[in-house]
Amino acid sequence: MRRWATPSLLAVCFALVCVLGLGLWSIAFDPVGKSLPERVRDAMGSSGVDHPVTAVLLNFRSYDTLLEIGVLVIAAIAGISMARLPSLEDPAFRTHDALLGALQRWFVPLMWLVAGYLVWAGAKQPGGAFQAGAVLAATGVLMRLGGMPMDFLQPGRLLRVGLVLGFAVFLLVAFVTALVGDAFLAYPEGMAKSLILLIEVSLTLSIAMVLLSLFVAAPVTDATGNQEGGHR
Amino acid sequence: MTAWLLDGLLAGMLVVTAVSVLVSQSLFRAVVMFIAFGMLMALAWMRLQAPDIALAEAAIGAGLTGVLLLDAVAHFRRGGGTDSGGDQG
Amino acid sequence: MTPHLLYAFTGLLLFVTGLFGMIALDHLLRKLLALNLMGSGTFLVLVGLAQHRNGVDPVVQALVLTGIVVAIAATALGLVLIRRYYHLSGRSSLEPDTNDEAGP
Repeated sequence: MRRWATPSLLAVCFALVCVLGLGLWSIAFDPVGKSLPERVRDAMGSSGVDHPVTAVLLNFRSYDTLLEIGVLVIAAIAGISMARLPSLEDPAFRTHDALLGALQRWFVPLMWLVAGYLVWAGAKQPGGAFQAGAVLAATGVLMRLGGMPMDFLQPGRLLRVGLVLGFAVFLLVAFVTALVGDAFLAYPEGMAKSLILLIEVSLTLSIAMVLLSLFVAAPVTDATGNQEGGHR
Repeated sequence: MTAWLLDGLLAGMLVVTAVSVLVSQSLFRAVVMFIAFGMLMALAWMRLQAPDIALAEAAIGAGLTGVLLLDAVAHFRRGGGTDSGGDQG
Repeated sequence: MTPHLLYAFTGLLLFVTGLFGMIALDHLLRKLLALNLMGSGTFLVLVGLAQHRNGVDPVVQALVLTGIVVAIAATALGLVLIRRYYHLSGRSSLEPDTNDEAGP
């Protein structure tokens, strides 16, 4: 590191803290009009779920969530294209630890259960697709570290379907509601709850798949470089 | 008063762990500090009455990010040598 | 002054700390950690400031929830890119003259 640069950088950062802090302080006490929480509370009856955060994610601002899962899919594709996937099933990467194996036998089904519960609970209380997807992805990472074979992560139909499932289902619902109903992503009366549940389940699977494939996509072999892409 | 003490302590610890992520000499230590930071963030979300974010942060910040980063550190530490060690993250 | 505002200011400190690390540190993995600190700081400012003004706000919480998931995906992608770069160049930082932080 360039030693002379550090003090000046520190000074600049301190000044930045002061300026941003003043800005924060000055807008913190501005009066507000009709606030967003009130609007959400007023509209909760038509949302199909009882938990406000889930209602915002999958009903009021579902367009944001649609684009967000699109971003995740693109990130996963970019990550996979960087990797040498044929090396994934190399037996050398598997650890054979007795303790880990025993732990897994207890934990993996339990974590599946937790993920399923989180999706279901999202309608009423904290929980939902994102948390469940994270738990599911963590389960997958645990399984991979323990050396369980996971053939669906090989490049192929299952991987592709798994990655785009959430985005595809979401988009399908959006277009169908646009064609049949009122507008893009405006759920018809009475069907909001089941549609949200359908989207949430597929979102959970896709989020877990994206995170897991980004984890296993990380290149693990040596830095000599001449083996890159050699094993096709 | 106790609540203020808790909030102040939590905020202070967040800043301290963040700084120690950046200044610690060994990469491994930095990553462990970052995992601790993630746990503290989950606590902070609970204090901000955002249990949804706290759940996600606990699963992601403590679980997934930790594994990912530790795996990467092991990769750097091997110096790109042989890969016989496998994923020890 | 509410606890929410305290967390907003903490977030601001975290953001600037991360920014400092992002600029000052050489190792790419450390830069990534610093970027994550900046992200966490931003989330705290968002939620803290909004909830200081409006009370518990599901809109901003949903926003931050998606933000966290995108952040972890971006971190994982960054790690893949860093490791690929390390493969191809044998270096762990962007500048060619410093390579002393790669560990023993």
